[in-house]
Amino acid sequence: MAIKVRKPGLSTSIQDLGRPGYFHLGIPEGGAMDRAALRVANMLVGNDEGAAGLEAVFMGPELEFQEDTWVAVTGATMPILLDGEPREGWTSFPVRKGQVLSFGFLKEGARIYIAIAGGIDTPAHLGSRSTYVIGALGGLDGRPLAADDILPLGKAGDAAARQVDQALLPAASQPVELRVLPGLYWHRITEASQERFFDEEWTVAPEADRMGYRFRGGSPMEFVPREQPFGAGSDPSNIVDGCYSYGSIQVPGGTEPIVLHRDAVSGGGYFTIGAVISADMDLIGQLQPNTRVRFVKVDMETALAARKERRARLQTIRDALAAT
Amino acid sequence: MKTRYTFGGDEHIFVEMDDEMSLEAFFKAIAISKAVKDAKIDGVTEILPANASFEVRFNPDVIHPDTMMARLKELEGTASSAEPRMQTRIIEIPVYYQDPWTHETVMRFRERHQDPSGTDLEYAARINGFDSVESFIEAHHAQPWFVSMVGFVSGLPFLYQLVEREKQIEVPKYLRPRTDTPKLTVGYGGCFSCIYSVRGAGGYQMFGITPMPIFDPQQEVTYLKDFMVFFRPGDIVKFSPITREEHDRIVAEVEAGTYEPRMAEVTFDLDAFNADMTGTNDRLMEALHGN
Repeated sequence: MAIKVRKPGLSTSIQDLGRPGYFHLGIPEGGAMDRAALRVANMLVGNDEGAAGLEAVFMGPELEFQEDTWVAVTGATMPILLDGEPREGWTSFPVRKGQVLSFGFLKEGARIYIAIAGGIDTPAHLGSRSTYVIGALGGLDGRPLAADDILPLGKAGDAAARQVDQALLPAASQPVELRVLPGLYWHRITEASQERFFDEEWTVAPEADRMGYRFRGGSPMEFVPREQPFGAGSDPSNIVDGCYSYGSIQVPGGTEPIVLHRDAVSGGGYFTIGAVISADMDLIGQLQPNTRVRFVKVDMETALAARKERRARLQTIRDALAAT
Repeated sequence: MKTRYTFGGDEHIFVEMDDEMSLEAFFKAIAISKAVKDAKIDGVTEILPANASFEVRFNPDVIHPDTMMARLKELEGTASSAEPRMQTRIIEIPVYYQDPWTHETVMRFRERHQDPSGTDLEYAARINGFDSVESFIEAHHAQPWFVSMVGFVSGLPFLYQLVEREKQIEVPKYLRPRTDTPKLTVGYGGCFSCIYSVRGAGGYQMFGITPMPIFDPQQEVTYLKDFMVFFRPGDIVKFSPITREEHDRIVAEVEAGTYEPRMAEVTFDLDAFNADMTGTNDRLMEALHGN
């Protein structure tokens, strides 16, 4: 069982739920930017939720199937075409040998997830098939897909026609709200800057990828004056190089915040002002450049409640699909 | 030194031993990281030691963040009695200073630098009070270095020189980070040297290049067959200057599978080092050269 890549799209990569355990060596967890979308795509085709699928950003690939199988596409809204005939998103559908899956122009969101019954069966690297391009790990030789690649498939499980009730999916607000727990080096900026960070509207900059999302449009930050500590470097935004967390917000030079994502660098010498809460990480993976964003200040209890709510929503989808 | 605890979102706790760099802060961070590891706390998924801080990642569905925080604070008490000493290894890393590849990159990103009229080495030598690039290079490789953190990307080591505070070299990072750095560049930022394990973005000043790979995801390099990442915190490094000919010879040896880095097992004791830096470094060098 295999798939032939006719056109790779812009940057399509093999992703699963990542390789935790090596961040202390600078190898990030990686995996699908929008975890829930990959999980649901896998549920739809009867795979383990952590099976490897394809993550395609902004533009879909063109894939030729060499065997009969089942496919589901989730995540961003993008017309799905099987031999030119439209198919629905968040729905599993059968594909016959020789058929070609392709995509129209992106309408909403940023990343689609394509799950195929049996999952993509490339070799696991440090426990995961996720492609980490910077470290040349996982996927196919650690790189995004290229034309003529052959993707091996695993053994299909319980594939059948299934559909997610779209009412169960979270609706995005305008501007998009990203909830932030202040902390880390939050004390390095003045109270006025702290307030402005949450009051002002930001937009996603073009430099937005699996490593991190950059934002612009807000005011430059003012630092609380201090003599720079030994070893930090002379810029007020410098610190003695420390570890970063997923979702943490660094602001080099105090100008453009960068939220680290799944392929995060594990450390560095820029101060951070807190982190986007875990429940909102998936949402970032669906932001296009120029999207308007507001950062919303929350406390730990709110962050934990949001995390619980996200899990419950996923469980509702899981239960609904198991019943079909 | 005053320990500072803070949450990094709902899945991380960041603990800063001190806001400035010192080996005391490093040893304290590594001792608590080890205590956390040994405590096998349910829900802890990653422990990341850094130069003067460390971070714990946990699953808040398993352990409440406040409980996690309280456990870490308890462990700080236990760990502070740990001896600042470790069994480690000293490794000789050959460096081709002023090589053509980093020089090309230095020139390509001049507009992002503090001093577009010169090179990174000229700038670093001048602001650190050296009268020539040669004497600056000499200071960079004459005394050994301590790997105080591994990270950023793919096993990149941060190195802190084993000399008195007043002899530490300090340079700022580039004004705006570069989008390119040659693989195996020997860089410098703040008080840290580093070796870029892979090609990519970077903000450190560039001094030279090593022919010795330190990250190999294919695990074909002989000394990286067991694990793809070479460095670990606590390693001691001696930079050794080489010429273009030696550089090319080592590259060929690595490819042929015949290159073995020169290294030796050593004990590093911070108190002994602080009491006698010259003597300690001399003994490290003797161990490296098998005397």
